[in-house]
Amino acid sequence: MIEVKDVYFTYPTEVEALKGVSLSIRNGEFVAIMGQNGAGKTTLVKQFNGLLKPTKGEVLVDSVSTRDLSIAQLARKVGFVFQNPDHQLFSETVEEEIAFALRNFGFKEATLKRRVTWALNLLGLTEYRKTSPFMLSGGERKRVALASVLAWNPKVVILDEPTIGQDHRQKEILRQFIVQLNTQGKTVVIVTHDVEFVAECSPRVVLMAQGQIVADGDAQRILTDPNVTLRASIVPPQVTQIFLKLADFGLPADVIDVSEAMKVLVEYFEEEKGKR
Amino acid sequence: MAIIETKNLTYTYPGATKPSIRDASLTIEKGEFVIITGPSGCGKTTLCRCFNGLIPHFYAGQLEGELTVAGFKVVEHPIYEMAQRVGLVFQNPENQLFALSVEKDVAFGLENLGVPRDEMRKRVDWALQTTDIEELRERAPHELSGGQQQRVAIACVLAMQPDIMVFDEPTSFLDPLGAQKIFEVINELNKKLGVTVILVEHRLDLASKYADHVVIMDDGKIVLNGKPREIFYSETARLIGVGIPKATHLWQRLQEHGIKLEGFPTSSEEAARLLREVLKT
Amino acid sequence: MSVFEGFRFRHVSSPIHRRDPRVKFLYVLVMFIAAVMFYELPPLLVLFFLPTPFVFLAGVQRQWLRSLRGAMFLATFLFVFNLIFGYISPGTIPWSMSPLEYAFSMSLRFLVLVESFSVFFLTTSPDHLSLALEQSHVPYEFTFAFTTAVRFVPVLAEEAQTIMDAQKARGLELERGNFMKRVRNYIPILIPLIVSAIRRSLELAEAMESRAWGASKKRTNLYVLKMREGDFILIIISIILLVTAIYVRYFVPVPSFTMLLPK
Repeated sequence: MIEVKDVYFTYPTEVEALKGVSLSIRNGEFVAIMGQNGAGKTTLVKQFNGLLKPTKGEVLVDSVSTRDLSIAQLARKVGFVFQNPDHQLFSETVEEEIAFALRNFGFKEATLKRRVTWALNLLGLTEYRKTSPFMLSGGERKRVALASVLAWNPKVVILDEPTIGQDHRQKEILRQFIVQLNTQGKTVVIVTHDVEFVAECSPRVVLMAQGQIVADGDAQRILTDPNVTLRASIVPPQVTQIFLKLADFGLPADVIDVSEAMKVLVEYFEEEKGKR
Repeated sequence: MAIIETKNLTYTYPGATKPSIRDASLTIEKGEFVIITGPSGCGKTTLCRCFNGLIPHFYAGQLEGELTVAGFKVVEHPIYEMAQRVGLVFQNPENQLFALSVEKDVAFGLENLGVPRDEMRKRVDWALQTTDIEELRERAPHELSGGQQQRVAIACVLAMQPDIMVFDEPTSFLDPLGAQKIFEVINELNKKLGVTVILVEHRLDLASKYADHVVIMDDGKIVLNGKPREIFYSETARLIGVGIPKATHLWQRLQEHGIKLEGFPTSSEEAARLLREVLKT
Repeated sequence: MSVFEGFRFRHVSSPIHRRDPRVKFLYVLVMFIAAVMFYELPPLLVLFFLPTPFVFLAGVQRQWLRSLRGAMFLATFLFVFNLIFGYISPGTIPWSMSPLEYAFSMSLRFLVLVESFSVFFLTTSPDHLSLALEQSHVPYEFTFAFTTAVRFVPVLAEEAQTIMDAQKARGLELERGNFMKRVRNYIPILIPLIVSAIRRSLELAEAMESRAWGASKKRTNLYVLKMREGDFILIIISIILLVTAIYVRYFVPVPSFTMLLPK
C-alpha cells in the first residue's frame, strides 16, 4: 500500500530529517512508528500523504509516486489525524466540521449527509451534532478531529501522537477503537513514543533514531531487545524492565505486557512447586 | 508541619453549571512529594490553580471553603504575594517563556519583585545550575527542545525560591526520556533543597517512585489520599481508571491468582528486587 | 517579502551592533530631520551615501541592499506620482528644479529614510532594543508586549504552517478557485490560528501572574545599558551632522541638480 524507497529528506532549514529510509506497509497492517522526539517519525509519515515530498528517493502510495499526485489526491487515500485537534477545528458545528473534508473531496450532498451521520455515530458524537466544536472538552475535540478524518473513509489512517494528554481510560478506549479500525480492514499507522500503549496493542513496530530506521518487526521482539531500545533512546515497558533485570533466572525476556508476565510467572511457580 | 491545608474547598468556574472541585479537604506536610492524579476533568488542574491564587484572583468564579498555603489565607493575598511562596509550572513549556534569552526569562520573576541586580545575578546563576541548564543561558527559547524548555520553566520558578512548587502535568508534551529527566530534576528539588513538591501526573509508571503522598481525585472530589502503596493497590484506584504502574498491576494479578508476594512495588526496580527474593528460594 | 528581510536582525557583532540603541535612534532621527530639510538632489545624495561606511562596518551590506531593493517598488511609485504632480501643478515645486529632479528627490528622500531605519533594525537585536525601551522609561507593559510579540513570531509562523498542513490533509486546496474562493479558503486557517493565539495568551497570562507580575512598581533589570566611548562618538557624529545640515540649509545656497547642469 505504501512503499518508501531509500528516502532522504532535508528541511528548508537544512536539517536532514530522513537519511535513507526504506519501508513497506501492506494493506491492512497495523504499524507503530516509534522513537524519540526528533527521530524523524512525523517527517516520515508526512511523506505518506504528500505534505512532504522526498528530497531523494521515492514514496509510492498505491503504486503511484507521491511526486505525481497533489496533497488533496493523496489525502483522499491517506487520512492524517494531527496531534492537536485545535489545529483543525474551525467550523460552527461539529456537523460542519465533519463535512468539511467531504465537501473538499467533492462528495455529493446525499452521500455526505450519510457519511456525517455515520462518523458521528462511530465516535459517539451524535448528541453534539449541532454543538460548536469549541464548546467541547479536550477529549471530545479529539474525537471530532478523528471523526472528520474517518468520514471520508480513507484506506490508510495515520494518527500522530494520539495518546498525548489522555488519561488511562481514554487511552484504553482509543486502543480498542484503533484495533477495531484495523480489524475492519483499515491500514493504521500510529506515530507515538508511548511504549506502554504500544505494548498493549502489540502492532508491528518501526523504530527510528536520528532519521533512520533502526528496527522493524514484531512489537514483542523489538521492545524487549535492550540493544535496539538503547540505540533509539526509548524506555522499554515496565514489565519488560522487570524481566530484563531477572534474566539470570532463565525467565523469558520477551515479555511486554502484564498478561504475558502473569502467564510466565505462574508457569514458573507451578514448575517450581512441581519440582519440590 | 502542614504547609498546605484545605477544608471543604469548593470552586465553580464562572458560567459553569457545576463545581470543578467539591468539598476538597487535604493536608500537605512540609517537604512532601505529593502526586495528584485522576481521570481527565477530575479537578486536579483546578486544584493546582488554587494553591498559588490564580483561583480566585485570576479566574473569578465562586470559591468556598478554607485554603491556607504557607501560612497565608490565599483568598486574602494577591497572586504576586503568593508567587514568592508557591511556584507553578504549567503543561506547555512554550507558553511559559516570554523573553528572548533563557537568562532573561529566569530573571523575569525576580525583576517583577524588584530584586537588586547583584542578588538577581546570583539567583539566576544558582537556578540555572540547579536545573542543569547552564550551557543554555544565552539561547533563545524557540531553539530549545521541549524538555529543555521545561527545565528553563522550572528554573524560572525556582529563581524565586518558593517553599512549594506545583507542577501541572509538566511532561505531557515530552517523550519518556525527557519526562524522566524532568522527574529527576523535580526529585532533586524535593530531596536536596527541601522544596515541597506537588506533581499532577498521568504517567504514574515513571513518577510514582518519587512520591511519599498520593491523592486521587474523581469528578471534583478527593477520593483517595494517603501513602503510595495503599493508594495504588486499592481497588478504588483501579475502578476509577487511574493508570497505576504496571508493576503494581502485575502484583495485583498475581495476588488474585493466589500467589501472595511481599511488598508493594510501584517501579520496575522494586518489583525486580522483590521477585528476585522470591525466586531465589 | 524582501523589504522585511532588510529589517531582520542577525546574530552578529560589530562596532555598530554594540552601540547603544538609544544613540543609534538619535542618529536615525537626525538623518530623518536632515532628509526632510532638503528638496535638492545633491544634498540628498550625500545623505543617501552617508551611512555606507556604517553599513560596511556592521557587515550587513547584503541585507541592507535587499531592503533597498524591496523599497524600490514604493520608491518608483513615489517617483511617478511626484513627476505627474510636478507637471500638473508646477507652482508647488521649488523654482530651482525641474519636475524630474523633484520626483527623483522625493523618492530619494524616501529611500534615505528606509535605509536609516534599515541599518537601525539590522544592527539592533530585539532584546537590545527592548532593554533600551525599558531604560528610556517606556512603560513596561509596552516593552513586554513588544518583546513577547517578537519572541512568538517564529512560533506563530510554525503554527500557521502546521494548520495549513492539517487542512491540506483534509483536502483543502489553497491554490484553486477564483479570488473570492481563495480568500474563503483561508478561513480554515485563520480561525484555528486566532483561537490558538487566544488560548496561548491565556496560558501566558497565567504564567506571568504566577511569576509575580505586578508585584512592584519599581521593576529592576538583569541587564543595564551603559554608554561607551563608541556611543559618544556616534552622538558627536550625529550632532555634527545636524548642525551641518542646519547651517547648509540656512546659510549656504544649495544648488539643485538642475542648476548644476550646463545650459
